Amino acid sequence: MHAHAIKLTVVPGGKSAPDTEETTTMEPTITQTAAAPASTAPARPIPLLQDRIRREQVATLLKTLLLPLLTFAVVIAAWSYIHIHVAPEFPAPSETWEHAKDILADPFYDTGPNDMGIGWQLMYSLGRVAAGFGLAALVGIPLGFAMGMSRGVQMALSPLIQILKPVSPLAWLPIGLLLFKAVDPSAIFVIFITCIWPMVINTATGVKAIPQDYMNVAAVLKLGKVELIRRILFPATLPYVVTGMRLSLGIAWMVIVAAEMLTGGIGIGFWLWDEWNNLNVSSIILAIGIIGGVGIVLDLMMGWAQNRLDYSKR
Amino acid sequence: MSAYLDLQNIDMTFATAKGEFNALKDVNLKVQKGEFLALIGHSGCGKSTVLNIVAGLLDASAGVALLKDREIRGPGPNRAVVFQNHSLLPWLTVSENVKLAVDKVMADKPKAERREWVMHNLRLVHMEAAADKRPGEISGGMKQRVGIARALAMQPDVLLMDEPFGALDALTRAHLQDSVMEIQAKLNNTVLMITHDVDEAVLLSDRIVMMTNGPSATIGEILTVDLPRPRHRLKLAEDPHYHHLRGQVLEFLYQKQHKAA
Ligand SMILES: Nc1ncnc2c1ncn2[C@@H]1O[C@H](COP(=O)(O)OP(=O)(O)O)[C@@H](O)[C@H]1O
Ligand SMILES: [Mg+2]
Repeated sequence: MHAHAIKLTVVPGGKSAPDTEETTTMEPTITQTAAAPASTAPARPIPLLQDRIRREQVATLLKTLLLPLLTFAVVIAAWSYIHIHVAPEFPAPSETWEHAKDILADPFYDTGPNDMGIGWQLMYSLGRVAAGFGLAALVGIPLGFAMGMSRGVQMALSPLIQILKPVSPLAWLPIGLLLFKAVDPSAIFVIFITCIWPMVINTATGVKAIPQDYMNVAAVLKLGKVELIRRILFPATLPYVVTGMRLSLGIAWMVIVAAEMLTGGIGIGFWLWDEWNNLNVSSIILAIGIIGGVGIVLDLMMGWAQNRLDYSKR
Repeated sequence: MSAYLDLQNIDMTFATAKGEFNALKDVNLKVQKGEFLALIGHSGCGKSTVLNIVAGLLDASAGVALLKDREIRGPGPNRAVVFQNHSLLPWLTVSENVKLAVDKVMADKPKAERREWVMHNLRLVHMEAAADKRPGEISGGMKQRVGIARALAMQPDVLLMDEPFGALDALTRAHLQDSVMEIQAKLNNTVLMITHDVDEAVLLSDRIVMMTNGPSATIGEILTVDLPRPRHRLKLAEDPHYHHLRGQVLEFLYQKQHKAA
């Protein structure tokens, strides 16, 4: 709305002329309505502008709706083509759809530890991510603060973090299994490792990015260490912390699928792998869709939190 | 007679990547209680350095800074600073920004009294209507007013202002200057204010401290502004003595301390 209001004020000025000319060449029908009122009353071009605004709105709507739909259509067409001409064992989109309806009809059935609905599988995966993510926040955020506030801590930890950060978190799975001798804590451990680096690094960056002005205010007010953290460092750093959390949650959701494929037991990653062992390709396609959907929801949640907590956006 | 604020033989040398840099050399200044001093000089000469030494944000390399006969050591709310870029905390509302300072200096007072003191100081700068706004929602001039309210609320022995209106347009700046004069008439604070605006210096201050160019900057001349108060900018525009004082500052800045730029 705001952008349109600005355009309205621009129209009577010099810029309106080339605009109308542009429309002339593209859509001759518009020129007639534009040319006639221009000679009689100068106030008349406004309806034309509203027309243009409406057309722009419709165009944007079509673009944001139609283009993605078009992409999906192309994917489904390619999928059908593969099913018919390349690999007949690959299920048709319609088969997958029917299969998905079956599975999603009863997501929370539970007939023993080796046979649970897809809803339960998701819950277990989400639970592990939540636990690993939460533990990483408990450890990583204070560590990030310590690194940001103290050059000594920074110098002590930085090389270690630089070495460990590029390592795939899955490389830690054997160590987790060795340490905990159980699947669940090992998967949580892997998620913990996944989440901790972005949290530590972003928090430390945030603390170091605090403007000197804020520190001067704190100095003049003689805020103590605790007050300094609570009143200045923490709120100033919060947007960075949440960005780190958002990053790490995104990666964690990717990693948990792979980790569960390796650990077995229960979880959406395990379920996907199990279905592959049963040559149930429809399930795999469904799982891919669901994992993507949950990933979007998680990211939207973090994005919402980010907007809520970022004082620069309030 | 000993001065209220007394800078004695202040030297300031910064250690930089290119070696030592002597910013201030032998700065001596005595300020009486209730005086309004303007500190003027070309950019980079060391005005902020002087102010930060009084604030306690910087330690002088040599010499002493005394306030009420006691050596200044480290920053404290008795030397409140109004920074050039307002430095309000963006996650707090206007009143919360002032409250942060009030809670600190009036920790022993009851809550209601502290709240009233916050509002009192916002009223002084005509910002009570914006008490619940956040800094991001108010103009640059309003932010600076809040910055002044926060500093005044600390009831400092010395109020330090580092080019407080430097980032504002001329009209807003004039409004704030009037507010500062109005407040000064009421509270009679001891003020050290940095400016690079000659008219501002003459309009507001009792004395103008003119600094020589750096490196090794020091105080070149001190001009007493003996214009009666209250002062009105429109009347002063026709006052020959005002123009004479203004001319003296300009002469110092642009002839004696001509800067090759
Ligand atoms: N922390 C510092 N380290 C090195 N040099 C500094 C530092 N602070 C100020 N200076 C130098 O000291 C001189 C005076 O600076 P400043 O007091 O900020 O000038 P002004 O406020 O008059 O513009 C400048 O040349 C500046 O570069
Ligand atoms: Mg300065």
